[in-house]
Amino acid sequence: MPRTTTSRARPRSKPTAAAPSDTPSEAQELAFYRQMVLIRRFEERAARAYSEARIGGYCHLNLGEEATVTGLMSALRAEDYVFTNYREHGYALARGIAPERIMAELYGRADGVSKGWGGSMHLFDLAARFMGGYGIVGGQLPLATGAALAIDSRGGDEAVVCLMGDGTTNIGAFHESLNLAAIWKLPIVYVIVNNGLGMGTTVEEASAEPELHRRAAAYRMASARVDGNDPVAVRAAAAAALASARAGAPFLLEAVSGRLKGHSVVDPARYRSREEVEAARAADPIAGYAARLLEAGRLSEQQIEDAERDADRTVAAAVAFAEASPHPDPDTLFDYTYATPVPNDSRRRPGEPLFPTMPAVSTAPSTNGAAA
Amino acid sequence: MTVISYRQALHDALREELLRDEDVLLMGEEIGRFEGSYKITAGLLAEFGAKRVRDTPIAEEGFTGAAVGAAMLGLRPVVEIMTINFSLLAIDQIVNHAAKIYGMFGGQAKVPLVIRTPGGGGQQLGATHSQNIELYYAFVPGLKVVAPATPADAKALMLAAIRDDDPVLVLENLALYNTSGEVPEDLEPAEIGRAAVTRTGRDVTVVAYSRMAVVALDVAERLAAEGIDVEVVDLRSLRPLDRDTIVASVQKTNCAVVLEDDWLTYGIGAEIAATISDGAFDWLDAPVRRVAMAEVPMPYAKSLELAALPSAEDAAAAIRETVDAVARRR
Repeated sequence: MPRTTTSRARPRSKPTAAAPSDTPSEAQELAFYRQMVLIRRFEERAARAYSEARIGGYCHLNLGEEATVTGLMSALRAEDYVFTNYREHGYALARGIAPERIMAELYGRADGVSKGWGGSMHLFDLAARFMGGYGIVGGQLPLATGAALAIDSRGGDEAVVCLMGDGTTNIGAFHESLNLAAIWKLPIVYVIVNNGLGMGTTVEEASAEPELHRRAAAYRMASARVDGNDPVAVRAAAAAALASARAGAPFLLEAVSGRLKGHSVVDPARYRSREEVEAARAADPIAGYAARLLEAGRLSEQQIEDAERDADRTVAAAVAFAEASPHPDPDTLFDYTYATPVPNDSRRRPGEPLFPTMPAVSTAPSTNGAAA
Repeated sequence: MTVISYRQALHDALREELLRDEDVLLMGEEIGRFEGSYKITAGLLAEFGAKRVRDTPIAEEGFTGAAVGAAMLGLRPVVEIMTINFSLLAIDQIVNHAAKIYGMFGGQAKVPLVIRTPGGGGQQLGATHSQNIELYYAFVPGLKVVAPATPADAKALMLAAIRDDDPVLVLENLALYNTSGEVPEDLEPAEIGRAAVTRTGRDVTVVAYSRMAVVALDVAERLAAEGIDVEVVDLRSLRPLDRDTIVASVQKTNCAVVLEDDWLTYGIGAEIAATISDGAFDWLDAPVRRVAMAEVPMPYAKSLELAALPSAEDAAAAIRETVDAVARRR
C-alpha cells in the first residue's frame, strides 16, 4: 500500500477514480531508480559548475527530493501541465526535457531551454508542457490555477500539477488559488514538497497547522500526505490525486521529503544540527530505494553500477554541450520584450540618447538666445 | 457616426470581442450578476454565460494570476480590477509574472491578457480609492499601458488590447465613464503606442492623457478666446510612449505644459519633460511646466479634494504663464 493518510472534509459528489496498480513492473522500478540517480548526478555536477562560477545567480538543487520528483512526474500524462518553483532541475529532467538543454540554461547559453533568458530558476519547455520554474515564492500558484481554468473552459481532459515548497503554504496566493480551484472545480493537483525547511525556518515555526495537507479542509478539498522518499508511493498518491482532479475535484497532496544540502548551493546550512543532517542522510531516498529493491531481488549491483555510469555519461555530455553552446548574441537583447510588435517600443542600450539624430545646436531654429 | 458614452464604448468593445473570438472571456469581481461596479459589463453574463463572464471572489492576486495562466494556454482573458487602487493586491502577478513570462522563457509563452481598471479622483472616495498609479505599470517593460480619453479611443484601444498578444493595462477613468462622444460604427482597433494631436495650435504644446486630455481640450477652447493657440497631444499610450509626436509638436511651438492627474514627483510628466529636454532642447523657449495632483494622500472633504486635484483653472494659468515666458524671451 502507498503510505498515505487521507483527510477529507466531506464526501465529494464525484467519486475519485482508482489509482493505478501500486506495484510497478520490474522495468518500471529500474527506470525509477535510474532516473533518481540521473537527477542526483546532474545536481551534484550543477553544484560543482556553480562553485566554479560557470553557473550564475541562485542555484537550488533537488538533492534528497529525487523520489518525490520521479514518483510525481511518472504519474502524469504527456498532455498534462506542470508548474513549479525555482527548485526544478529534476522535474524538468523527469518530464523528459533533454539534460543538455537544461544544463545549457544553467550556463546561460543560447541552446538552453529558455534560450538563456531564464537561468536555473526559470526553466520552461512548451513541448514538454513544462510551464515554468518560477523564482517568486507562490507566483506559480495563481498561474497554474489559471491553466486549469483554461482547460475547464475548453472542456479538455488534461490536468495541471502545481508544485510548491512547504513555506509557500503561508503566502496569500496559496489561499486564493486553492479557493478558486475549489469553487470552480478545476482539474489541478497542488503538491507541497515538504522538506521541513523554508530556507532555514522550520515548518513548525512557520505554520500554525504543520500538517500541511490539512490546510485543504478550509476549501473542502480532498488531500493526502505521502512518504516523499518512496517513489512508488508518491506515484500512486499522485495518480489518485490526478484522477480526482480530472473528475472535477482539485486535490492537495503533501509529499514529505528531504533536503540533503542547504537551501541553495552557497548555503552551508549551519542552522541544522548534526543530528538533523545525519537523519536526512539516513533517509536518503536513493540509497533507501536501492536497498529495498536489492533485498527483494529486483535490482542487481551490476544495474546500480550501470545506472551510475550512464548517469555520469549523460551529465558529462550535458556539460560538454552547455560549454560548447554559444552565449546569446547581445543583438537579441530586444527580441522578447513584446510578442506583438508596437511602434515606439524602446530599444536603447544603456547610455544611448533618446534622439540620436537631433541636429547640432547651431542649426536649431530656436529663438532662445542662449542656444544661438 | 453615433454619439455614445465612454461606458457604452467599453461595453460595446467587450461584447463585440466576445462575439468575435470564443477564446475571449471576462473575469473580475461583481462583473456578472451585479453587472460590474460601474456597469461596463451590464447584460454580458445573460448573453454569454458564466464561463465567459466569470464572477470571481475578492482575490485580486488569485484571479489576476489565474488570468495570466489562462492566457499562457491561449485564452484571451479580460480582467476587471474594480479600481486601480486594488491592483496593488495583484501587483506581483502583473509585474513579476504577466510582464516577465514572454521574455523570461525566451519567447515560448505569450500572455494575451487585458487588465481594465479605472483610476481617478474627484468622487470623494478618500485616500485609498482616488489614486492615479498607472506609472507603476507604465514603468515596466513587457507591459503595455493605454489610457483612452474619449469614447472612440476607449473602444478602439480596448479592441486593440484584446487582440494584442501581450499583457495590456487599459486605464479607464471614473470621471470619464459618463462623458459622450462620436464613435464610428465600423471602428477599427487603434494602434497601441501612438499619441494623437487632438487639436493643432502654434503657441504652446499641452501634453495630457486620460481625464486631463479632456480638460486640455476644454482649456484650449477657453484660451483661444484670449488669443492663445494651444496644440494638444493626447498620449493615449503610456507604454510604449510616442516621444516623436511630443517632440515634433514642441519643435513647432517651442514650449510645453504637461497635465497629469498623478503626483508630480517622478510622475508621468517628469518623463515627458525629460523627453522634451532630450528631443527639443534647442527649440525650447521656456521651461516645461507640469500641472499635477498635490502631493498628499487624497482627502475626503470636498474643499480639500478640489484643492488637491489639478483643475482647468490650474491648467489655464500654467499655460498662460508659459506663453508669457516665451513672449518675454522674444
